[in-house]
Amino acid sequence: MNALSLRQLNKTYAGGVTALADVDLEVEPGDFFGLLGPNGAGKTTIIGIVASLVTPTSGSVSVFGHDIQRDPWEAKSNLGLVPQEFNFNQFETVEQIVINQAGYYGIDRHTARERAEKYLRELDLWGKRDASSRSLSGGMKRRLMIARALVHEPRLLILDEPTAGVDIELRRSMWAFLRRINERGTTIILTTHYLEEAESLCRHIGIIDGGRIIEKTDVPTLLSKLKSQSFVLDLADSVSRLPHLPDFHAVPLDERRLEVEVRGDQTLSELFAQLAAAGVEVSSMKNKSNRLEELFVRMLGNRSPAPTSENA
Amino acid sequence: MAALYPAYPRQTLTALQTLVHKETHRYLRIWVQTLVPPAITMTLYFVIFGSLIGSRVGPMDGFDFMEFIAPGIIMMSVITNSYSNVVSSFFGAKFQRHVEELLVSPTPNYVILAGYVSGGVGRGLFTGLIVTIIASFFADLQIHSIPVTISVVFLTAVLFSIGGFINAVFAKKFDDIAIVPTFVLTPLTYLGGVFYSISLLPDFWQGLSLANPILYMVNAFRYGILGSSDIPIYTAYLLIGVFIALGTAISLWLLRRGVGLRS
Repeated sequence: MNALSLRQLNKTYAGGVTALADVDLEVEPGDFFGLLGPNGAGKTTIIGIVASLVTPTSGSVSVFGHDIQRDPWEAKSNLGLVPQEFNFNQFETVEQIVINQAGYYGIDRHTARERAEKYLRELDLWGKRDASSRSLSGGMKRRLMIARALVHEPRLLILDEPTAGVDIELRRSMWAFLRRINERGTTIILTTHYLEEAESLCRHIGIIDGGRIIEKTDVPTLLSKLKSQSFVLDLADSVSRLPHLPDFHAVPLDERRLEVEVRGDQTLSELFAQLAAAGVEVSSMKNKSNRLEELFVRMLGNRSPAPTSENA
Repeated sequence: MAALYPAYPRQTLTALQTLVHKETHRYLRIWVQTLVPPAITMTLYFVIFGSLIGSRVGPMDGFDFMEFIAPGIIMMSVITNSYSNVVSSFFGAKFQRHVEELLVSPTPNYVILAGYVSGGVGRGLFTGLIVTIIASFFADLQIHSIPVTISVVFLTAVLFSIGGFINAVFAKKFDDIAIVPTFVLTPLTYLGGVFYSISLLPDFWQGLSLANPILYMVNAFRYGILGSSDIPIYTAYLLIGVFIALGTAISLWLLRRGVGLRS
């Protein structure tokens, strides 16, 4: 039984804009799944339909085998949502928001209080439990939405751009938290624009563009599709001219930095052997860009036209 | 029927209790905005229309003018507050998008409606009680029929809470939640026999007044307190019942279709 199953999902908004076209997607239990795509690709529409905030034009959604239309209580009880925009009551306290959300899932007040304490402590918000939600910083608001989404202990947690606009320290602590709850058994679906985040956290990736899923596979398989990678080498000494590297394409960035492209059928050892032969010593190196980002850009560069035309 | 979730009665009740608690907490938290203004406004009505002007008006339907207007003024506060509580609370939830907390959850639509209506009824009855206490300083109110008084005020609060809910569903901006109270509710209330008996009106205006639903509620409530009414109170019960049934059906249909809530 899949954690999430989308079948032939279509969404055409009023005005004729087709946001999703025949989307089929399955996410396995326990997975950490990244849903990637450019702005307007359909990620938030998919999440909105799964969370019952957007009405699909056609198709079906099942959460752990429960159809969201026919079996809403079971389906929704298994689902937690952290939306992109802040959507809590600005006039309620942090604890009230979490406890009320538990109540909407039929959790009695005593248990709701215990769960609220548990998740607010885990997310470093317990000290702010009596604070009005509008007084929180942006990072705290994001964590509040995660605590709220977890209070009914869903088996599937969907996060729509959870780290947008948060500083790197907080982002990394959120990553650690998400890894922990995933290890405890919660299936996670994440949308993000930070491809480093997706590469670091996710086991499977789905790429959506123009309302269609154009790729869905595990991260290693996806990265193996990269036909080449670009590296930036920091040289120990400055060089006045481009070193002779017969099998590699190299471009000098300045006197002490070199950009080199390594094809899939080449190895870094071969590169370093040729650098040594040319008398060039390398002090450090890094990928020119995130590998997933490079692949993402290349895939979307070859995309077919988006099906956003008006219906006839 | 799937929408009734018969397999989860305890959880459904917990969801309703949560929503009722939240809505009650809301109007009590902002009591300066929700409970004090009607108390002040209605006190002014009693002082100006009752004590100052009323003493020159003379008896109305055989009652002292102050006694006559007291039930209407109480009912006016119930109508206004039950309506405005739900329209502002539900529109606020839409505006701040925290209505999504409910839509994402398994809370059934009828619980969402019942929760918001309970908040409106609670505030309507609370302000009605405050105004009744104030009225008791100005008039000697002897309740003619407790069952009629309580049932009419309760059903009226339910009806106008549902009205506020429907208004909030359609509202897209704050102006939209002020239009109905200002241009519909207030005129109908003033023309609903709060300050006069329709027997004073010429035949044409009497006939026209009978098309005003608020007239029936005010008169039924007045009957409960004074034992006097311009209309048969069973007509009032029938009318309120029909409007409640209609309003509930419309509200549930709007929630099911996601009008103003889902894209």
